Amino acid sequence: MVSIVVVSHSEKAAEGIRDVAQEMGGDARIVPVGGDPDGGIGTTAPAIEEGIREADDGNGVLVIADLGSAVMNSELAIEMVGEEIDAEIADAPILEGALNAAVAAAQPDEELSAVRERAEEARELRKL
Amino acid sequence: MSEQQTQTEVVLEALEAIADRIEAEKKHLTDLDSAIGDADHGANLNRGFQKALEKTEGMDDEEPAKVVKTVGTTLISEVGGAAGPLYGGSIMSASTELQDGITAESSIAFAEAYLNKVQDRGDARIGDKTMVDALVPAVHTYKKSIEQDDLPPLTALAKAVDAAERGVDFTVGIRASKGRASYLGWRSVGHQDPGATSTLYMLEELLDVAAAHLDGEIDRDASSPTIPDETPEDE
Repeated sequence: MVSIVVVSHSEKAAEGIRDVAQEMGGDARIVPVGGDPDGGIGTTAPAIEEGIREADDGNGVLVIADLGSAVMNSELAIEMVGEEIDAEIADAPILEGALNAAVAAAQPDEELSAVRERAEEARELRKL
Repeated sequence: MSEQQTQTEVVLEALEAIADRIEAEKKHLTDLDSAIGDADHGANLNRGFQKALEKTEGMDDEEPAKVVKTVGTTLISEVGGAAGPLYGGSIMSASTELQDGITAESSIAFAEAYLNKVQDRGDARIGDKTMVDALVPAVHTYKKSIEQDDLPPLTALAKAVDAAERGVDFTVGIRASKGRASYLGWRSVGHQDPGATSTLYMLEELLDVAAAHLDGEIDRDASSPTIPDETPEDE
């Protein structure tokens, strides 16, 4: 099953988004990562790397991040993980993307590329 | 004392000078960042460089490239935010250029690799109001001063510091299109970029330390003494 890592500047936001997505995500494994080393607002690459390693069950990991530096640290984390784990970043809004990805990842046969596509479809979601 | 030990000691000396400077300017950097960013640049960089001092303690006998790499990896994990990957990731990746020691040539390669990594990771160009506005003129001036004007590295570094300073001044009058400041749009105009500023501080400290170890005239003026008919070779 493809796993998901939610990366936010705020640990609380990452956990909250995980909770919202998990409601629709069945058994999909969703790991929240957030906060800087002092417990403040921010992200660091090693924490995301750890999240990717924790999330992976051998079928790949989709990373969904919030603002600029969260994306930058996610890219670096994926480089640090290297070839060991198949990990990609979704170019998607974090909450809606995580929700879409969770729904897709809940299907055991869904591949990483398909889960990513579903997450990125969230870019088109209109609210009104 | 072997040459390698000397180089490592100078690297550690430079690290200490930069760490001290960042600590001294912590509040100023955070003030700049609170005007157009998330008000954490000074505190985050300071946390990273203080930790880098701890992590490199006792590394006097290691190769200089290994010390530089350790600084990079420490900044990645301790600074966080965008500065972690931008400063730390770029230092880590560029450190491989110093594997055979620090020479005029390898220092140019390091500077170029660092700049490329920053631009690659941050996707920023000149005029986006980022550290790139200080870095590009500094790296170009350093390379050209050595390769075309045949200036000693110390003189080239002094010129590069002036080029960086002009770049920092340039960030004041322009609107941010990258980084957190870009969310402010026109409100970012009139404020100096914190990343460009901390980049200048680091270069100033490198120059100070280099001046204690290298020969050459120090003239902090980015102007070139010559108008060469060749251009530097691209990699």
